[in-house]
Amino acid sequence: MSAAAGRQVHVGDGRVGGADVAAIEVRDLTVAYRDRPVLWDVDVTVPKGVLMAIVGPNGAGKTTLIKAILGLVRPAAGQVLINGAPFDARRREVAYVPQRGSVDWDFPTSVLDVVMMGLYGRLGWLRRPGAAERTAALAALEKVGIGALADRQISQLSGGQQQRVFLARALVQDAPIYLMDEPFQGVDATTERAIVALLQELRALGRTVVVVHHDLQTVPEYFDWVLLLNVRRIAAGPVGEVFTDENLRATYGGRVPYLRQAHVEPPAPAPAAPFRLGRAGGE
Amino acid sequence: MNLPFDFDFTLRTVALGAAILGIVSGTLGTYAVLRGQSLLGDAISHAALPGIALAFLLTGARAPLVLVLGAALAGWAGALGVIAITRRTRVPYDAALGLVLSVFFGAGMVLLTYIQRLPSGQQAGLDTYLFGQAAALLPRDIAVMSVLGVAALVVITLLWKELKLLSFDPEFGASIGLPVRRLDILLTTLLVIAIVIGLQAVGVVLMSAILIAPTAAARQWSDRLGRTVFLAALFGAAAGVTGALISASAQRMPTGPTIVLVAGCVVAVSLLVAPGRGLLAEAIRHWRARRDLRELALLEDLFIVARQHENPLHPHPPIVLRTMTSRPDTVAHTLRSLERRGWVRRGRDDVWALTEEGWRTASDTFGDWTPENWRKPRRSPALDGS
Repeated sequence: MSAAAGRQVHVGDGRVGGADVAAIEVRDLTVAYRDRPVLWDVDVTVPKGVLMAIVGPNGAGKTTLIKAILGLVRPAAGQVLINGAPFDARRREVAYVPQRGSVDWDFPTSVLDVVMMGLYGRLGWLRRPGAAERTAALAALEKVGIGALADRQISQLSGGQQQRVFLARALVQDAPIYLMDEPFQGVDATTERAIVALLQELRALGRTVVVVHHDLQTVPEYFDWVLLLNVRRIAAGPVGEVFTDENLRATYGGRVPYLRQAHVEPPAPAPAAPFRLGRAGGE
Repeated sequence: MNLPFDFDFTLRTVALGAAILGIVSGTLGTYAVLRGQSLLGDAISHAALPGIALAFLLTGARAPLVLVLGAALAGWAGALGVIAITRRTRVPYDAALGLVLSVFFGAGMVLLTYIQRLPSGQQAGLDTYLFGQAAALLPRDIAVMSVLGVAALVVITLLWKELKLLSFDPEFGASIGLPVRRLDILLTTLLVIAIVIGLQAVGVVLMSAILIAPTAAARQWSDRLGRTVFLAALFGAAAGVTGALISASAQRMPTGPTIVLVAGCVVAVSLLVAPGRGLLAEAIRHWRARRDLRELALLEDLFIVARQHENPLHPHPPIVLRTMTSRPDTVAHTLRSLERRGWVRRGRDDVWALTEEGWRTASDTFGDWTPENWRKPRRSPALDGS
């Protein structure tokens, strides 16, 4: 089917339903900053309707992969297809949640204003957001549980609230595909639970959600699909098949202490997620 | 030499020019500051100097349009130079700014010195471009300034939401299809326009101050982009007009420094007294919070002592309370403020007791008191009430 088909012989490659077009198809993607390759010949297929984590050590190229999919960094080689077409043609079908730290939260603007920015693409040039946009933005804020903060200046928000604002901005984009860069970074347990519930709701609606994630312990609990990345693609597929000790060691170079513990001492009444037991050994 | 009528007319021209340059610089300066490019304006204005000199050398005339064009082209080249150096080399942004600024300014000074030695150079008076001479503004200068300024403001108004998104979150903007590269160039061009408008009156050396200062002041008074831009334009105009009039009223007083001094005063006042973000407001908030915490802690101490008594309203001398705190010197003072709240009562001599209301407040606040949690109020109606 694709020029790269011959290369895609990895276990658990994410193709489902034969004729169905993948939500995101990354082929032979290589990205380099100056002379240093950040992503090397990465092939990933994200089927529609999955909730996928991208995991890998620092500098593995997780954020770069997201940005390459969004056309924010220019690849040295390779191709990205969104629902079978290049990103430029599918822009409206992708919503993006950047890292919280990527903007200046002292910018003079309100929470509602930031959320409405998610609608700018649809509004087009010259048109200002009006009542309909306000309503949509307020609904999204209610959805993430901070409707009461709509008129706040954004510098008055806590880290978790900032993250919720970015999520609300992506929600108003109402896209079939969501790309999120570390939405759990620096948020408290309550917010993390709220965000997970939201992600799973999106998946239940048939949306495809791709999340850069750091906490290996929660991968089996939160996600059904996973990409293990360390410059190269180590493995991608259903969590049950791909999220193995062996693959993790290949990704992290054998430095995954808590996973070892979890396997040396198998959980007594084994729930579906054996890795969660190792929490004590986590970083 | 000056007839009263002429003087009035000159003054009006100067005031109008200063107002226009203040409005445009305040507006464009807001975007520069919010995008973390405050010093780009400094590089551009210094870079404009060789452009002015070259334009004069090439045409041999001091026509405002020609000089503005020269300034704009050189300023633009300087801005592009900064961008190119930052993108292509490993020289960091601030170093690139410094490089462009000093190299262009040096070239400008060389050319300026050369022009001064020419027979036609003396009267050209290009040296006023260093520190600005608003008194030299002529109606034809004002015409050029107005046209350019209005054009810049129209563009800002039309592209309001796009420029807001570009300034706040350019990557997200790019993801929804905003042509960030082109908008970036557009905004830089507008900044160049704002700068060349102000050059004759303010001068290349201090031009960046009139870009930064109004925004710094405006940001103190506003939490929204629209209001910040409006206030920055207002402050810019006020500083421009006041400074220009002061300099015009004195012989050979350069305008740039007076405008900057006025703008500096506006900033100083704003930093000090603005509600919310001002230093004074901050100090008051801080002081109140400390006072409230001291009152709360003392109320708790009184509560602890009272609970050990059969009659909880039994009075105690302050020495007891002083032994319970790390700041015994504050006890007497804090007791009096608790008294003003009606929570403690002073008995005969220097003895103090909780009032009924004070007891109730303390019970509400520290009601689940146990020896283990005795320093952890679960909530603080005592604070909420203040």
